[in-house]
Amino acid sequence: MTMRPITFFRAGSIDEAVAAVSSHPDSAFLAGGTTEIDLLRLNVVQPTLLVDVNDLPLTYLEDVDDGGVRIGAMARMSDVARAPRIVERYPGMSQALLLGASEQLRNMASMGGNMCQRTRCSYFRDGQSPCNKREPGSGCSALTGINRGHAVLGTSEQCIATHPSDVAVALVALDAMIRTIGPDGTNAIPIERFFLRPADTPSIEHPLAHGELIVAIDVPALPVARTSRYVKHRDRASYEFALVSVFSAMRVDDAGNVAELRLALGGVGTVPWRAHRAEEALIGRPATPENFAAAADAEFADARTTPMNEFMVTFAKRAIVRELSEVTS
Amino acid sequence: MRVTCVVNGETREADDVWPGESLLFVLRERLGLPGAKNACEQGECGSCTVYLDGQPVCACLVAAGQAQGRTVTTVEGLAPGSGEEQLDRVQRAFLATGAVQCGFCTPGLIVAVHDLLARDPAPSDPDIREALAGNLCRCTGYEKIMEAVRLAATS
Ligand SMILES: Cc1cc2nc3c(=O)[nH]c(=O)nc-3n(C[C@H](O)[C@H](O)[C@H](O)COP(=O)(O)OP(=O)(O)OC[C@H]3O[C@@H](n4cnc5c(N)ncnc54)[C@H](O)[C@@H]3O)c2cc1C
Ligand code: SF4
Ligand code: FES
Ligand code: FES
Repeated sequence: MTMRPITFFRAGSIDEAVAAVSSHPDSAFLAGGTTEIDLLRLNVVQPTLLVDVNDLPLTYLEDVDDGGVRIGAMARMSDVARAPRIVERYPGMSQALLLGASEQLRNMASMGGNMCQRTRCSYFRDGQSPCNKREPGSGCSALTGINRGHAVLGTSEQCIATHPSDVAVALVALDAMIRTIGPDGTNAIPIERFFLRPADTPSIEHPLAHGELIVAIDVPALPVARTSRYVKHRDRASYEFALVSVFSAMRVDDAGNVAELRLALGGVGTVPWRAHRAEEALIGRPATPENFAAAADAEFADARTTPMNEFMVTFAKRAIVRELSEVTS
Repeated sequence: MRVTCVVNGETREADDVWPGESLLFVLRERLGLPGAKNACEQGECGSCTVYLDGQPVCACLVAAGQAQGRTVTTVEGLAPGSGEEQLDRVQRAFLATGAVQCGFCTPGLIVAVHDLLARDPAPSDPDIREALAGNLCRCTGYEKIMEAVRLAATS
């Protein structure tokens, strides 16, 4: 254990937390700690000030006037997963939460922290390999290394790391809104703009200012989400990150056409991946396996693979077709 | 920094704590409670499971400062005394079924099972497997652990 000097400060209010982090360059918020303490121990992050936000009154779950739900940033994954209004209105989101991590970790891990969790790329985590995300300009070890679990969508020459979150996949499909309070006041960021693709700056993952605190996640009302589902395919039956996961919410009309569809994928993208192309290909068309397959093809038309991860494209397409077929039957 | 918290019902204090160290380190190395085990230190094996404010967590990923002012219960706190008849029903069931081999995973599993049975007194086998997915055991092959949970649930 390297005993770098670290100061620990438990914030008593949101303003205090924001002021503490924004006025100190090497500082970080500390929520559940399941990412931050892990990476600190691995020397991947080196904050000299930890600002504990566990006392902030942000553990709530409340209705917002249009039938949606506002989730406080410090609500724990386990509490959100089991909250009746989440289970009823967004069952696919509850499933995504329960299929992530383990009971012990979900009890600690917060929703805000989940949005900011870091990739599981082993070169990022080892603290020393060349990695543009950890050390800008040092190169990307995964491009020519072990990359079986790396992303095939949204990649760049600089980084192909997969975004690991499950619940974020549900939230991009649901068009959630990330609410923040920062040194410059309050902000609301549509969730798809919250996750930045690596492009030329893989170390910048979110459009947050230093010291900008996520305070809540708003999930809008969406009747079709009441039958949403999340399926996660992985190397073992439980307690593992996704190879491919699929969130779907679909309504088929009396004529057998897709009337509404929300589709998002985990495990395949550098960000939680909303399958916009597949959605567009299917809306208004007959809900048939052939059309599902064509939509999946459209989604992966620009996939960039390596010899080790090219199986993911076929795997993901089949996962989409199977999931939508099961929902239809 | 100084960290004060209630551990197994007693107020305990640890001094000169490095803010980057874990609750697990504080419990084992500073407070003399070696029950919770230190294996992966990455949240992957569950051998460090303790209750924090009533919820089982991986103590290896909880910073010491996060435990300031909180309540912690470790495996040592589950039994009122040390004689076999004083053990918690989960501990007795693990002994009775031979679910303990090297014993490294056992303290974490005991806490996780204790929590599972408090939430769900009669869990199905798939529910048991899922609830314990975060606790790895390299010795038993899990069958004896399943037996122990079933026995504890009915005792
Ligand atoms: C072994 C293991 C397995 C896992 N498996 C899965 C899985 O299958 N699926 C899945 O989705 N996740 C998984 N996770 C990741 C886990 O869900 C995240 O670590 C967790 O959600 C992070 O939340 P936290 O509260 O612990 O965040 P912290 O570790 O406290 O913080 C994470 C980061 O977010 C920042 N931060 C925290 N809160 C805020 C806020 N309110 N505003 C702004 N910044 C903030 C921190 O500064 C830090 O940089 C796994 C983790 C581990 C260790
Ligand atoms: S894929 Fe991204 S995170 Fe992994 S080594 Fe390359 S730059 Fe680093
Ligand atoms: S030592 Fe904490 S989970 Fe392995
Ligand atoms: S008994 Fe040895 S690890 Fe479980």
